[in-house]
Amino acid sequence: MRVVEPVVELGRGLWTTLRSMFEKPVTIQYPEQKRPVRPRFRGRHVLKRYENGLEKCIGCALCAAACPADAIFVESAENTDQERYSPGERYASTYEINMLRCIYCGFCEDACPTEAIVLGDNYELSFTDRRQAIYPKEMLLEGMTTGVKPTPQKTEPGVYMRSVPEMKDPAD
Amino acid sequence: MTFALVIEWLIKGLVLVLILLGGFAYLTLYERKALARIQVRIGPNRAGPWGILQPIADAIKLIFKEELTPARSDKLLFILAPVITLVPALVITAVVPWGPTLTVFGHKLTLYIADINVGVLYIMSVASISVYGIVLAGWSSNNKYAMMGGMRSSAQMISYEIALGLSFVSAIMLAGSMRMLDIVAAQKNLWFVLLQPVGTAIFLIATLAEVNRPPFDMPEAEQELTAGYHAEYSGMKFALLFMAEYDKMIAISMIGATLFFGGYREFWFLSNTVFSVDRTPWLGPVYLFVKLVILLFGMIWVRATFPRIRYDRLMAFGWKVLLPLSLAVVFITGVGIILAEQINPLWMWGIPAVSLLVGVFAIAMIDRELRRKDYARR
Repeated sequence: MRVVEPVVELGRGLWTTLRSMFEKPVTIQYPEQKRPVRPRFRGRHVLKRYENGLEKCIGCALCAAACPADAIFVESAENTDQERYSPGERYASTYEINMLRCIYCGFCEDACPTEAIVLGDNYELSFTDRRQAIYPKEMLLEGMTTGVKPTPQKTEPGVYMRSVPEMKDPAD
Repeated sequence: MTFALVIEWLIKGLVLVLILLGGFAYLTLYERKALARIQVRIGPNRAGPWGILQPIADAIKLIFKEELTPARSDKLLFILAPVITLVPALVITAVVPWGPTLTVFGHKLTLYIADINVGVLYIMSVASISVYGIVLAGWSSNNKYAMMGGMRSSAQMISYEIALGLSFVSAIMLAGSMRMLDIVAAQKNLWFVLLQPVGTAIFLIATLAEVNRPPFDMPEAEQELTAGYHAEYSGMKFALLFMAEYDKMIAISMIGATLFFGGYREFWFLSNTVFSVDRTPWLGPVYLFVKLVILLFGMIWVRATFPRIRYDRLMAFGWKVLLPLSLAVVFITGVGIILAEQINPLWMWGIPAVSLLVGVFAIAMIDRELRRKDYARR
């Protein structure tokens, strides 16, 4: 005859739930309170710039080639010293990412020879229209820090001949 | 005089219905908040401070939702079923007294709607009617899951109604009256939960099955029956079924508080103080409300803790355990009352003692039954 045990088991269940009532809630009050993302979090893309304000993206479309979801569209145009967007011959005149297609795999980051495209911290992507899901270059390009000239810049001829920066440490 | 009386009844009835309808809304919030805390969450807190406007937002949403009527359903019954379910849940509380007689501006105000001398019988009969609504809701939906939910509901509620009724009987016998006011008055010194703890336990268990609360929520088992009898309901008709369910919870908790936990009477440690209902009668509704909140918390707590019972086990538990146990409890109560009247009032304490022994025996038998099956499988 087991009498105490079944009752104790039921009571233990009730005690567990009652005890958890007095724990601190794990809820994060999202819009007001945001949890910092992990260092390697892959969020919305950002097109980076050099310190002098020139765009890192050279319009090579390797990201578009690497993209498994075919979300990236790149069209490139020629740089001139009068109107220079990025070092080297060419720059991306059109750079669009369809955020509905993107799977945030980060292959574009890996493919980029100049480390121009980086998956950032922003995960708050919302749109009310399919057309809004296509992010143009103006939205993706990193904002200007103060004291930096915007693109296009007028540069001295013969300075920015190399599109891919020289590697300081090839083993890196 | 008569006209004034009619007005008084109308106002009291309106107040009670409004309390029940508002109580339903805030019971959903209370349940969501309590469940959230048990699950280490915060719960609704966006609509108004602490989410107190959440029920209003829910109501507005439900009112503006599209109402679908399934093809080839029985339209009349489909519309009528939520009403049939809701009305008994509202009228059942008419006989429950919320407080002693108050004197307001020299006018004697009684805090109940009806003082029927067979109050408990009225509760039992009205409680049974709401089964019709659920069965009809299931049947008229022209949906097999809804149908099964309705059938399960009827079987379950009829089964547990017997145990529930027999647990009422012990309270009736202890009070010697079916009138709710007499039952409350008889608990002036001692709540019936102390005299008949097993009867109270049976009542609380059968209550969960009567109002389809987890762990006995077979009629609306989501995993098996999508949503059971209200699978095809939407919009305000669904809200009525939902409301009926929660109003039944409130009603049955009020009845439980009245029958076993002293009704509107004060807690034992407050008797003979200023806070006694005899000295300050207006505290009666407050005490009833406190007891109601505690009993409702019990239901929410059990929901948060125990998983749903298998349907055959549920029926077996109702018929093979609760029914014999409640019969035994009724017998013990009757014998104890006769002994107390004929020989010595101290025999009254034989009722809880023997009832607890029988309860312990019942628990042992359930455990043995479950363990024997376990053994046979190996």
